[in-house]
Amino acid sequence: MDMKKFAPIDENQGGTAIAPGLKQSRKRTKTFTDVMLSVQDLHVSFKTFGGEVQALRGVSFDLYKGETLAIVGESGCGKSVTANTIMGLIPKPAGRIKNGKVLFKGKDLTKLDKSEMRKVQGVDISMIFQDPMTALNPTLKIGEQLTEGLRTHQKVSKAEALQKAINLLEVVGIPNPDERMKQYPHQFSGGMRQRIVIAIALICEPELLIADEPTTALDVTIQAQILELFEEIQERTGVSIILITHDLGVVAKIADRIAVMYAGKVIEIGDKREVFYTPQHPYTKGLLASVPRLDLKEEELQPIEGTPPDLFSPPIGCPFTARCPFAMEVCERIYPATTSLSETHAVDCWLQDDRAKKVIGQN
Amino acid sequence: MAIYIVKRFFMMIATILIIATLTFFLMHSIPGSPFDEERTSNPTIQANLEKFYKLDQPTHVQYVHYLKSIATFDFGPSIKKPNESVNKLLARGFPISFELGMVTILVAVISGITLGTFAALRHNGIIDYAAMAFAVIGISVPNFVLATVLIQQVAVNWNLLPPATWSSPLHMILPTLALATGPTAIIARLTRSSMLEVLTQDYMKMARAKGLSPMRIVLRHALRNALMPIVTIMGTMLAGILTGTFVIEKIFAIPGMGKYFVESINNRDYPVIMGSTVFYSSFLVFMLFLVDIVYGFLDPRIKLHRKEGDA
Repeated sequence: MDMKKFAPIDENQGGTAIAPGLKQSRKRTKTFTDVMLSVQDLHVSFKTFGGEVQALRGVSFDLYKGETLAIVGESGCGKSVTANTIMGLIPKPAGRIKNGKVLFKGKDLTKLDKSEMRKVQGVDISMIFQDPMTALNPTLKIGEQLTEGLRTHQKVSKAEALQKAINLLEVVGIPNPDERMKQYPHQFSGGMRQRIVIAIALICEPELLIADEPTTALDVTIQAQILELFEEIQERTGVSIILITHDLGVVAKIADRIAVMYAGKVIEIGDKREVFYTPQHPYTKGLLASVPRLDLKEEELQPIEGTPPDLFSPPIGCPFTARCPFAMEVCERIYPATTSLSETHAVDCWLQDDRAKKVIGQN
Repeated sequence: MAIYIVKRFFMMIATILIIATLTFFLMHSIPGSPFDEERTSNPTIQANLEKFYKLDQPTHVQYVHYLKSIATFDFGPSIKKPNESVNKLLARGFPISFELGMVTILVAVISGITLGTFAALRHNGIIDYAAMAFAVIGISVPNFVLATVLIQQVAVNWNLLPPATWSSPLHMILPTLALATGPTAIIARLTRSSMLEVLTQDYMKMARAKGLSPMRIVLRHALRNALMPIVTIMGTMLAGILTGTFVIEKIFAIPGMGKYFVESINNRDYPVIMGSTVFYSSFLVFMLFLVDIVYGFLDPRIKLHRKEGDA
C-alpha cells in the first residue's frame, strides 16, 4: 500500500492554470473544506423491456475542492451511473433522475436543460472514459479532437487553441506533440490514447474530473504511469477528481477518500486510511479481503459468496443481507441508518447499532 | 498512392477483359442471329451481310476482331441501324442517361442520408417510424409502377408537369422522382442502421461529454463514421443509374442508353451489345475504384497502399 507522506497544505492550492513547472505542494487528506460537489439522495432508474431498473437508490456524498474521491464497488453497483448522472449523460428517455440533487458549486445540475448543461460539460466538469481504444473518434485528427471543446466554449483563435493543445500534450507526456496533433487515433498506443483522452478532458481547465475506470483497459505498467499522471495533474491544477474503479490497488495509490457502493447505495464512505484499516461494513471488509495478496501463502482467492441483488426489485432492507455473514433479522426488514464514526467516516450497517454489538460483538 | 493506382488500373483492365470475354461467348451461344427478322429470301444477300459484319468467320477469329475493337474503342457500325456506329449511339445516349442519373443520385443521397439520420436520432419516435414506413414502401414499389402513377396523377390529372420526353428541367422532375425513390429508401435504411450503431460508440459519449453542439456531434462525429456502408453501395448504384435505366427511359420516352442496350440484346446486334457491355462494365469498375479511394478519405485507418515502416 502506497502511503506517501503528505506535506502540509499550501495556501496557494487550487489554482487552475495548467502551467508546466508550477509545482504545488501535496495536500493533506483531512484538510479539504470547500464542498465543490454535493450529491444528495440521488435516485436514477432506467426503463428496460424487463421493467424498471433502480440503478441508484439514494446516493449521497460530498466532494471537496482539490481532493480525489474514489468510488468503488463491483459491476452493476451504480458507480458509472453516478458518474454519468453528474455529467448529464444519462440516456433519456430510458434513464430518469427520479429524485435528488447534484449540487455543483451550489447549482443543481439535474435542473439544467440540455443547452445549459452543455456549458458545464467539458468546461466545469470533464470526464475520462474507460476504454481509450474506443473513446477517440477514429476518423478525426487528434488535434481537432483536442481543440474542438475549447473552441466551442471559449472565444479563442485556432492558433491559440492549437498551441494550448500542444502544451497540454506535452504535460500529459506525449513526445513530439506538434507532429502528433496531425495524426489519427489508430497511430497511437493504448496508453498514449488514454493520455490524449486525459488531455482532452483538461483542455478547458475543469474544476472536476470524473474518471470512469481510467486504467481498467490498460496493462499494468501503463496503469501506474497514468495514475502518476493524475497525481501530477492534481498537484498542478488543484482539480478535484472522482475516480471510479473496482481496482483497490488504484484506490490505495491516489485516492484521498473512498466511497463504497453496493446495489445503488453508498454503504460506507471515509478517509482512505479509515476505509482500508478499519472498514466497518461487512461488504467493505469482504472487498478488501478478496484482493489477491502476494505476501500471504494462501493460494485461494477469497471471494464474497453470492451475487448482488436484482435491482428490478431491490430488497427493502440492507441489500447485502443475503451475502452477509453477520446478517440479522432486522437487516432484511429495515435499511440501516447512517452511522457517523468520525468526521469523515460513515457507514450504513446495523452492526453499528448498540443492540447488535451486544449480540455479535465487534467482528 | 501512385503504385496503388497503377496496380488498380491493371486489375481494372483484367476485370473488363474477363467481362468482355464472357459476354462475347455467352452472346454467341444464344441461338439466333441479327438477321432473323429480316426474312431475306435471298441467301446471297444474307451471305454478303454476314461477310460484311465478319459473322461468317469462325468464332475465335471474331473474338480477336472484337478484342481489337475494344482496344481501339471503335465498335464499328450497328447491324440494325447500319448508318449509325456503336460509338455514336453511346455518345448520344450516355449524356442523357448520365444527366438523369446524376440528378437522381443527388436527390437520393441527400434525402436518403437526411431521412436516415433523423430516423436514427429519433430512434423509435414518430419520425423514425414515418421514415422507415416510407423506406419500406420505396423499396417495395417498383419504379415503373411509381412512374405510371406519377404520369397519370401529376401530368395527366393535375396537368402540373410534362408527362414525358427530355427537353427542359421540368421534364426531369417526374423521371427523377420515379427513379430516386428506391435508392433513397435503400440509403435511408442503411444510414439509419449504421447511424444507430455509431451513436452508441464511446466516442459519441465523449463528444457529448465535451459539451459540443448537437449539430457538430451529428455532422462531424457521427455521420462521417456512419457513411462507410453508404459509400460501399454507392459504387454499384452510381454505375447502374448513370448508365441508363431501361424501364424508366422507356416509360418517359427518354432517349438514353438503356434503350439501346435492351434493344441490342433482343436484336442480337452484336456490336452494340459488346460496345455497351464494355462501356457499362468499365464504368462500374471505375466507380468501384472511386469508392475505394473515398474510403481512404473517410476513414484514415484504411490504407490504400502500404508505406514502408507501417505495420
